[in-house]
Formats: sequence, structure tokens, C-alpha cells
Amino acid sequence: MADVDLTDSAVPVKLTAKDFKSDQEVRWCPGCGDYAILAAVQSFLPELGIPRENICFISGIGCSSRFPYYLTTYGMHSIHGRAPSIATGLAVSRPDLSVWVVTGDGDALSIGGNHLIHALRRNVNLKILLFNNRIYGLTKGQYSPTSEQGKVTKSTPMGSLDYPFNPLSLAIGAEATFVARTVDSDRKHLTDVLRQASQHEGTALVEIYQNCNIFNDGAFDLLKNPETRDDEVIPLVQDQPIIFGAEGQHCVVRTEHGSLQIVPTDSVDPVEIVVHDAHHPDTATAFALSRLSDPETLHQTPIGVLRDVQRPSYDRLMQSQLETAQEQGSGDLQAMLRGADTWTID
Amino acid sequence: MAKQTVQVDKVIIRFAGDSGDGMQLTGDRFTSSTASFGNDLSTLPDFPAEIRAPAGTLPGVSAFQLHFADHEIMTPGDAPNVLVAMNPAALKANLGQLPRGADIIVNTDEFTKRNLTKVGYDTNPIEDDSLESWNVHPVALTSLTVESLKEFDITKKEAERAKNMFALGLLSWLYGRPTEGTETFLKEKFGKKPEILAANLKALKDGWNFGETTEDFSIRYEVKPAPLNAGTYRNINGNLALAYGLIAAAHQTKLPLFLGSYPITPASDILHELSKHKDFGVRTFQAEDEIAGIGAALGAAYGGSLAITTTSGPGVALKSEAIGLAVALELPLIIIDVQRGGPSTGLPTKTEQADLLQAMYGRNGEAPVPIVAPQSPADNFNAALEAARIATTYRTPVFLLSDGYLANGSEPWRVPEVSELPDLTVTFTDSHNWTAEDGTTEFMPFARDPETLARPWAVPGTPGLEHRIGGIEKADVTGHISYDPDNHDFMVRTRQAKVDGIASTIADLTVDDPSGEATTLVIGWGSTFGPIGAAVKLIRNRGGKVAQAHLRHLNPMPANTGEVLKQYDHVIVPEMNLGQLALLLRGKYLVDAIGFNKVRGLPFKAEELAEVIATYVDTNNANEGSSNG
Repeated sequence: MADVDLTDSAVPVKLTAKDFKSDQEVRWCPGCGDYAILAAVQSFLPELGIPRENICFISGIGCSSRFPYYLTTYGMHSIHGRAPSIATGLAVSRPDLSVWVVTGDGDALSIGGNHLIHALRRNVNLKILLFNNRIYGLTKGQYSPTSEQGKVTKSTPMGSLDYPFNPLSLAIGAEATFVARTVDSDRKHLTDVLRQASQHEGTALVEIYQNCNIFNDGAFDLLKNPETRDDEVIPLVQDQPIIFGAEGQHCVVRTEHGSLQIVPTDSVDPVEIVVHDAHHPDTATAFALSRLSDPETLHQTPIGVLRDVQRPSYDRLMQSQLETAQEQGSGDLQAMLRGADTWTID
Repeated sequence: MAKQTVQVDKVIIRFAGDSGDGMQLTGDRFTSSTASFGNDLSTLPDFPAEIRAPAGTLPGVSAFQLHFADHEIMTPGDAPNVLVAMNPAALKANLGQLPRGADIIVNTDEFTKRNLTKVGYDTNPIEDDSLESWNVHPVALTSLTVESLKEFDITKKEAERAKNMFALGLLSWLYGRPTEGTETFLKEKFGKKPEILAANLKALKDGWNFGETTEDFSIRYEVKPAPLNAGTYRNINGNLALAYGLIAAAHQTKLPLFLGSYPITPASDILHELSKHKDFGVRTFQAEDEIAGIGAALGAAYGGSLAITTTSGPGVALKSEAIGLAVALELPLIIIDVQRGGPSTGLPTKTEQADLLQAMYGRNGEAPVPIVAPQSPADNFNAALEAARIATTYRTPVFLLSDGYLANGSEPWRVPEVSELPDLTVTFTDSHNWTAEDGTTEFMPFARDPETLARPWAVPGTPGLEHRIGGIEKADVTGHISYDPDNHDFMVRTRQAKVDGIASTIADLTVDDPSGEATTLVIGWGSTFGPIGAAVKLIRNRGGKVAQAHLRHLNPMPANTGEVLKQYDHVIVPEMNLGQLALLLRGKYLVDAIGFNKVRGLPFKAEELAEVIATYVDTNNANEGSSNG
């Protein structure tokens, strides 16, 4: 890069959450789940140990996509659905940066679905935070591609006809190497998932269940209410048997069809309980985990890292092709222009 | 028998055959020998969009026209002197454009009853008297080739496929073209298949020998080298010149080159070429779609690359929203539109100039984008450097409008010395650019250079200049989100003023009028430069006085454009569209611009243009010229 010395950092060695708070007034609706996510990200970023100028947040369009304005990193608020493509160009041309994408269920899965799946299969070094509130907020309340079928909204007075996407099934099907889910209100879990995502080389997709208190309030209450959450949330912990419930009374076992099911813990031999392994190269179990929850009600939803496997990132592969091509020296412009077949006129 | 050699000043050859007959390759090779021989030349490949249309049919005909001369020429030529027709379909598709008296070399082996019926010939035109007005040379190209290759251990089909080399050998003899270049080419192409290589070399040689011995060709032609300016030359087509121009621009700006692109005819060859030059640090990204192609380029521009996206008209339509974002972000970006016939899928392999208004206005809101258009295949090199200069100096997306003819057509190009190229060094902003009243400094992403109105280009990784940009209207100077009415009005006008201001850095429009007395001006843009120039020459040879001007910058136009136009009684605007530049000239300068418009997917012919111009120009026909450029 011309004229920029990336090694000379002007920021203090130890940053705090405050260092990542911009002077811009946050303009989400009071009570929006986005506030909690913003606070969690601002507190987490110092942990990265990366100078502020080497972090870049790219967003699309939607409520969540205002996110970059509220951080003091480099950032771009782009156009609807296209953030993964813009971030791809930035990440592959600047492997020295930490590039994050902030998107929503409409932005990532509807208008931008194509860019999302291709970023995932390429494994570009991007951390994608997908704020899923199962509704269109910025356009004031139409159903989204994750809304439950039959949802009554302004554009669907008799109920929506679309069957919803399961973002994690989609990501695993798109060859994603890191797939996780977390919840806006669980700061500790959210931060832990961000940490794991940031350590992953390649594309990390983090679905964050986020409450829209204006147009879809309570969409995740089943997973949040103290009375229900223990029986509805399936926390995934690496190398641990998948057991949940207030008394540990539910567990996950394999069926004879290759899928997973939830059964009473005391009804099975403990060796039959699935031990969580996000690092397993095969996608079958991760995919089966993503299918456990009820697509309409979110009854019994796994949270945590479903998949975290190693595959060289696109950026690294591209860089290595450039290095290979330059092993014998950089290109000679004059020689290229001249070519092999010339004639001279005196 | 001693063969007679006749001197001619120019020849137009058209090779035509089935898509699978290797006509483009044959044409390319003949062109290459002609270039190294020192003739001036211009080519026009003309092929179907289908990879393999049904064999022997009219839609499957692929042709390559080459015009070469002992003097400077500007077009691939109006009508061929020689047609090489590899089958009845090729004859039928091209006969209408062939002047009476021209030579036709036909491959008689393909004139079977079945092939004739396929294209609607009731009787064999070689045998009836329907070709009386032409000099027909029937040659059994296929069987001669098979016969000549019988000692090789190859299949009959492989032997038949070498017939294009036999034809090339024959034509090379006929026009005294060297074959060494083609031999080297074949050795590279078939290096790993020695038997096929030997067969092709023999077919080439036997084609030459056939010309020397057959009674049917009693005359050879000679076209002497053209007196071009001193220098080192090579033959180059437009897409290659463009790719080289982009790499040179990266070198001159000292920025890494990034291309985000999705394959589309006729632009894909730029992607192919750039992907070969990783040793120059060139990054090419084949995206999932047109939108991602420009998206990635814009991301790379933000990161400090010289960012390019290449496409054709349908791709521009898809990229429009991202181009608008680039206008709002004020980041440098080069959008290359190699225009083809439209609307929709249109004519993918044919040329047209109908995307001018799309480039000019095809976005929501007031979103001005500078436009540069090359005027010949080799000129794509210079146009790329100019687009890069404007993009990086003014921090703006720039359109480069090439077209199918410029992309695939070729001409001799004087190879520039790298030391002659313009210095386009870019300096990123790396420190605070704003001093507050209390003396403290800060970085303002939308504080502008007072001269160019360009905003600073501060790339991620620069400490202390962290900032956010976006597609929402920004406040002047700070770049914060702003919905203020006066600010929006100001920003819209400022972005327009920035683009308008580019006019102060581009050369005045020059007029070519040797008489100095012309009252009619012919003005064009892009690839019509050659045909217009040739037509104007015809008119002048016939005693007419006519002026020619050509626009390289379409937005903004040169500052003196209006002044120039007002000097003439008649302003004629030939375009391969229905009058897009004419509309701009009328709207901007209130001149009665007269359009001459054709959208046939082919370049203008000099003679048809000359006829139109002649209706506005007195010619005494005193010294009617024969040259059509």
C-alpha cells in the first residue's frame, strides 16, 4: 500500500469499550435488541487486540445495518443485500484487516441471499453477524424470509404463504466452515460466540436472535422467559453430551434415519447421547442439529457453535497464488506491452 | 508455369465457415502474419452467440474479415475482394455483401446435396451459372487435406479438421504472407500432440504448395508494407489493449489492481487476460453475479486498490444501484461496458453503441458519472489510463464505453515506452485534514480539495482517520448522516460540479478540416471514428469539403464543444443507436444535430456514411477517389 504504514499504530495499547463508541446518536427504537448487541460488540472488540484502524464493519440496509455508524472503526453502510460482496472485495485485497459484516434476515437471506451463500462457500475471511428478528423493521413490519408461515403482517393480511428459511441449515448447506447461533439478551453467550468466530479463519456466520419490540415483539420469548428457556434452549458445548432442561431431563440422540431427536435423558443409555463436536469435518450432525428446532415456534432451539472446521480462506489462497506468480520476480510492464510478435519501422 | 504477381494497394478478405471450422483462428493467424509483414490492417470478427450452432446452417456461420493495405486504413473494409467459403451456408450468408468481380474460394467437398438443401439451394451454385459474375475458385479443401495427411496416424476427422490450415496455406501463398509465425503458434498449441502438430504443419505447407502448382490460381497479389510512423509495432485487439491499459494504469498510479467481474460476452476476455497477470499483483475475482462483481470492486476501492468491474449492457443494468453507491461514497472505480446489441440479451456477439444514455443517466437520483470512450481497438489502452486518471483524481466512478467491434477488432499498435506513460501517482490521505476554530485538528471524510472538489481517500489501516461512509446523504465536510434539505441540495450540486469540473483537465475538441471552409461537421464517438474518417476521406476525394470531430469524453464533454458545433450549418451525428449522442448535443447545446443511425450489429460502412454526408456537402466529383479508407 502506498503511503500508509500499517505497523505504526496511534491507538493506545489497551483499548476499552469506550474507545469503540462513536459520537453518533444511536437511532434505534427504544427497547430494540440491537442496543444489547452493540454494547456486547463494543465491549468485545478490545479483546481482539487489533488496532482500531485495522477493523472494518460493512453493512447492507435495514435497521441492523446502521451498526457501523455507532462504532469508531472504519465502516461502510452500503446497499441492500450487497454487504458480503463489498466486504469480500475489501477482505481479499486487504488481508491485513479484520472485516465484519452486519446484516439482517431480510438483507442477508432475501435480497442478498446469493451473496451470502457464495461468501460462505468461498470461505472469505469475514465475520458475518446476522441479526434475525423474523420481520422487516425498517420498512415497517412486513414478513421476512425467517417469519413463520401464516404470519399476519401489513403485506399479508390473511397470513404469509412463504415457508421460512432456517439460516443455519442454509449456511451449512452452503459449505460454511463456521456456523453459530446466539441471542441478543445473553451477553455472556453472545460474547463467547463472537470470540470463537473472530478466531476462525474464513467466513464465520453468527445468527443472533434479536427482538424487534415494535413489529415482532416477543418473537423469542420462548427461548428467553425464565419459565420456559431451560426446556427450550439447547446449549451446545464442545465435547460435552448434549443434555438440557432444568433437571437435565432432555438429551439428543441419533435416530435410525440419520437425523437427531430429543428424548428423556433417563430413557437412554448415556453412551447413546450425542457428544457435541463442532470440529467434525462431516456436516451431517451439524445439519441435523440445525433441524432440531421447530421452524414455526422455535421450540427446542440449539444455541452455540454448530460447526467450526478448518479450510483455507479464499483470501489466503489468492495471496498464495500471487506469491507463486511472483516467485520469479514481479511482472515487467515493458515486456508485457511489447509481447512476442513485434516489428519495427525506422 | 510462371505465376504472375500483381501489385495492389489493399485487400479485404473474408473467411467464412461453420462455427466449428476454425475461421476465427484462421483469420487471427492470417492477421498476425499480415501485421508482421508491415501492412496497416483492421479486422472484424463476426461470429454467432451459439458455441456450436447446428452444422451447415446459416445461423452457424462464423466469419472473420481482414482489411490490409500499403497505406493507413481506418476500417475493416466495406465489401470483401475475396471470400473464402468453407460450405454452402457461408457462401449464401456472405454473397450479398460481395461485389461483382470478387474472388470466391469455395470448399467443394461441402457442397453436397444435403448441405445445399439445408440452406435452400435447389441446385449447386458452383455448377449452375448463378455465380457467373464472380471469379469462383473451386477447391476440394477437405479431401485435399485428408489426402495430404494420409500417412499420419490420426483419424479422418482429425485430418479433416486441419482443412483450415490448408486454406490458410493457400491464402498465404496467394498474398505472399510469411507462415513462420503460424508454425511457431502451432508448435505451442499442439506441443503435447506431436502427430497432430505434424499434420497441421503439413496441411499448412501443402496448402501453400497447392497454390503454387494449381492452374486455377494464376496470379499472386502483393501488398507492400504501409509507411507507418517509426516505432515498434504489434497487432492488438481492443480487449487486450484495455487489459494492458488497466495494468499500466495500476503501475502508473502505484496502486494494486483489483477486478471484480462476472463473465459476459463480449467483455470476458478482459477478465481472462487480467487473470494471467498475477505477477503484477493483479487480483481478479470472478463473482457470483454482476452485482457482486461491482460490489467487490467497490470494497477493494475502499481498501485502496485501483478497482475495476467489466461487463456489457445487461450487466450495467444490474450494477446500477452499486454505481449510485460509488457516486455517493465518492470512491474511484472504473466500470467497463463493452457494449453489444440490446435490449435485454439482444445480440451478444454483435456491436452497438446504445448504452450511452444508460451510462449517462441509468441510475436513481442525480448521479453523474464521467464517461470515456475509445475510438479504435488499440485506443482502449489510452482510454483505460484516462479513466484511471479521472477516477483517482476526482474519487468517482468512471464509465469506459467500449463495444463489440472495438473489443474483438484488431489493428497495429505502436508499443509505447513505459517512460512515456502519464504519471498518475496517487497519494492517500494519512493525516488530519481539518482544523477547528480552537486549533484542534481532525479528519473530515467529506472536506474537499478546493480545486478538484475531490474528497480525501483515506484507506482502512490508517491510524487516526477511522470514519464511516454510506449511501445515505451525508453532511458536507463531516460526512455524518444528514437529512437537511439545504445540505442535500448542496451535496447534489457539488457532486455535479465535481464531474463538470473535469472538463478543465481534458483537451479541447479538435476539428479535422483540411480546407478550413467546410460548413458541415460530422461528429461521432467511440468506434465510429474509423468509418466516419474513411467516409470523410471519400467525400474529400470527391471534392467535397467536410469537417470531422470525435468525442473521447462524453461526460463532461470538452469545454469548447458548443462553440465548435455552432460554427457549422449542418451537424451530422452517425451512431450505432437511434440518436443518443444527438439527443445529448441537442439538449446541451441547442444545435440541430442530424442523426444517422443504424443498429445492424455491424460497424458502419464508409460508403453508406459518405452517401449520407454527401447530401449535405457539394461534391464536384472532379477527382473521385477509389480508396474507401
